[in-house]
Amino acid sequence: MAIWTLLDEQTPRPVEVVEHSSGLAIEPGALGWEAKPEGLCRDEVCIPLPGDVSDRTRDGLIDVDVLARLLDRPVAIDTSEQVLAFAASPNERAAALRSGQAPDFELPDVDGVLHRLSDHQGRKIVLYAYASW
Amino acid sequence: MWQALHEELSPLGLSVITVAIDRSLDDARPWVTRAQATHPSLVDTEHRVADLYNMVNVPTVVWIDEQGRIVRPQDVHYVSPEYASVTKFHPRKPIAALRAWVRGDAPAYAGDVAADTRIPSSSDQEARAAFAIAWWLTNQNRPEAAEAWYQRAGELAPHDFTIRRGSLPIRGLDPSGPDFFAMVGEWVAQGNDYYVPLPDTATTPEDFEIEPLAERSLEEIRRSIEAESHEAD
Repeated sequence: MAIWTLLDEQTPRPVEVVEHSSGLAIEPGALGWEAKPEGLCRDEVCIPLPGDVSDRTRDGLIDVDVLARLLDRPVAIDTSEQVLAFAASPNERAAALRSGQAPDFELPDVDGVLHRLSDHQGRKIVLYAYASW
Repeated sequence: MWQALHEELSPLGLSVITVAIDRSLDDARPWVTRAQATHPSLVDTEHRVADLYNMVNVPTVVWIDEQGRIVRPQDVHYVSPEYASVTKFHPRKPIAALRAWVRGDAPAYAGDVAADTRIPSSSDQEARAAFAIAWWLTNQNRPEAAEAWYQRAGELAPHDFTIRRGSLPIRGLDPSGPDFFAMVGEWVAQGNDYYVPLPDTATTPEDFEIEPLAERSLEEIRRSIEAESHEAD
């Protein structure tokens, strides 16, 4: 077992990783999911584990590629730098965008003061993304 | 220009929020100082908003109503006339559409918002995972290891210029130099557009006839930005 860095839309954080012949395994708890007999569960939601992966979920660990597939979250893995990144699910993003509800977020201004989109609820908003490049 | 629209339309209920998709607060600061912005001027070093709203280039604008609903899909709106000679975007129609929407004279978008909203593919999201690793490695001072991931991210989402062009300065390359022009040239030669604006406010030749704009070269614009940001210091 080794301690890697997990990038998951939050502050980078350490995660325990087991490397084995067919890839990497981590605890699903690292992404907020719990392995139960009925599958991977979070709050009231459970995703059944397909039978063919049961041998890849030993000791509370699950293969990273299996986890990525079950959660529909693309993963990037750098074995030599010991870092892995899970992107948001494309289907979740698509559903969120198609629902029409503007996703909330919090970002700093140039003075480091945090602002939330939802601070402006009740007003019309123009969200304008630009860059110095 | 956004500052002027903010001053004009804020009393009518509009909040202008700008988000710089940049590598640091310091990169964005000269632009905010120069604009003398009093609206929220945010900085998105992790491409958080780019991801949430599937923004793949700048500028990208999204309109949100009082109920927090997206009422206009991702669009390309240049509201500053300064860049028109370079970008070929005229600000006339976007500004008129914005005023009409804020005043309640016209809907934000006549088309089907959900259908016209750009949705990310699996490969687009994989590119964002690759970019996350690249950016983390950059911040760990591992530029050689980061380079391969920037390349990988660009291959996974060749249309995503927040990644491809946005990473050029991080990689020590000029984002408006030969690497950028080669990148866009190749993209366009494959039959793609660099900017994909919505049709209703897209610039047409008559915009320039109705409202002629002063021609300025990119070099002039860059020089003036540099001079003004030094003044602000």
